[in-house]
Amino acid sequence: MLAKRIIPCLDVKDGTTVKGVNFVNFREAGDPVELGKRYSDAGADELVYLDITASHEGRRTFVELVKRVASAINIPFTVGGGISDIDDVEKLLDAGADKISINSAAIRNPELIDGIASRFGSQVCVVAIDAKTTAENEWICYLNGGRIPTGKTLFEWAKEAQERGAGEILFTSMDHDGVKSGFANNALAALNDILSIPVIASGGAGSYKDFYDVFTIGKADAALAASIFHFNEISVERLKRYLNERNITVRL
Amino acid sequence: MCALRRLGVDAVLTDDKDVITNAPKVIFPGVGEAASAMSYLKAHGLDRVIRDLRQPVLGICIGQQLLCRHSEENDVECLGIFDTDVRRFEAQSRLDKIPHMGWNTVHHLRNGIVSKQLDGQYVYYVHSYYVPVGPYTDSVTEYILPFSASMHKDNFYTTQFHPEKSGGIGELILKNFLEL
Repeated sequence: MLAKRIIPCLDVKDGTTVKGVNFVNFREAGDPVELGKRYSDAGADELVYLDITASHEGRRTFVELVKRVASAINIPFTVGGGISDIDDVEKLLDAGADKISINSAAIRNPELIDGIASRFGSQVCVVAIDAKTTAENEWICYLNGGRIPTGKTLFEWAKEAQERGAGEILFTSMDHDGVKSGFANNALAALNDILSIPVIASGGAGSYKDFYDVFTIGKADAALAASIFHFNEISVERLKRYLNERNITVRL
Repeated sequence: MCALRRLGVDAVLTDDKDVITNAPKVIFPGVGEAASAMSYLKAHGLDRVIRDLRQPVLGICIGQQLLCRHSEENDVECLGIFDTDVRRFEAQSRLDKIPHMGWNTVHHLRNGIVSKQLDGQYVYYVHSYYVPVGPYTDSVTEYILPFSASMHKDNFYTTQFHPEKSGGIGELILKNFLEL
């Protein structure tokens, strides 16, 4: 049976792993390649590396990092952050990434999804969506790491991304991110109902049970988290045993 | 390439006929789309080169599919080593997502390069098309229906999954191929 996936996410700035709490204030958490290798050995199913560097120098460093990750790690990994066009995608795939994740660039230029899908295949194209609820309880998508609201709603945009050729949707609930009180399970379940491509849940993991809930109530195909893994609050190894004992199909 | 380097093997990525023909082993990997891959092979005369190979050949993912007779992906005639068709997954319920993406288990092993002790182990998949179970099938994975996880005929070996992305289990399978 197809296993539910556990995906540690590493935010990378100038070659160092960091993770924000509610998208601001970064704390350092170790060497990205070493950390990735450790997760892979512990049983992580995939890794995500997000480049949060803005400078040109930093972006070149990130491509070098992707090459190092590709030679050190034997499980699939996705890279994202600051990808704005097909050339960026090609550089990162050539460096050895298996998938790329696009966020703001896809909202600004939705044809980018079509372009990536037709040139490299849907399987490499992860569309990341940051969204939060309004006072009217509507999920609105945000740009630039959650700084700028857009006119797009989560469900419409996810559906459009799928139709344009996205291979997976990575949905981060900004309401839940960094709060550690569980994933946005209701929104995730609704998303799963309208999509035919896999959904990766992100934002809100704080306990072992939160992962059980995201796979059962949230019906997610994969769950992503960062700081709780980096700071050893949850061990990937123990998490997978915990889920297995509760009849969730995971790779052990 | 990275996976082979980790196993201490120096590989070259090439479309040069002589280099391919004279290599001790050939790996025919890839992700992509069947019809454009076939027209690329034909344009470079590689369709005949691959058919004539006598050394061990490993086709991975679309490599497995291209070694079959015909693919439903843009209705294309393929290399025809394996006398079987490649079909597209059809969702049977809302829960069936396509592509089949992620880790799934291998079963019913015949002791090919996916050795018998790997029964029930997880390997990594990303694909929307599959080869039905048939006489060449060496191991089976189930997603929507049972399909060929790996196949073997003469010097041709294939896997639908990605051994290079399947952790330690994948490295073992690659090692089995390299030691043929």
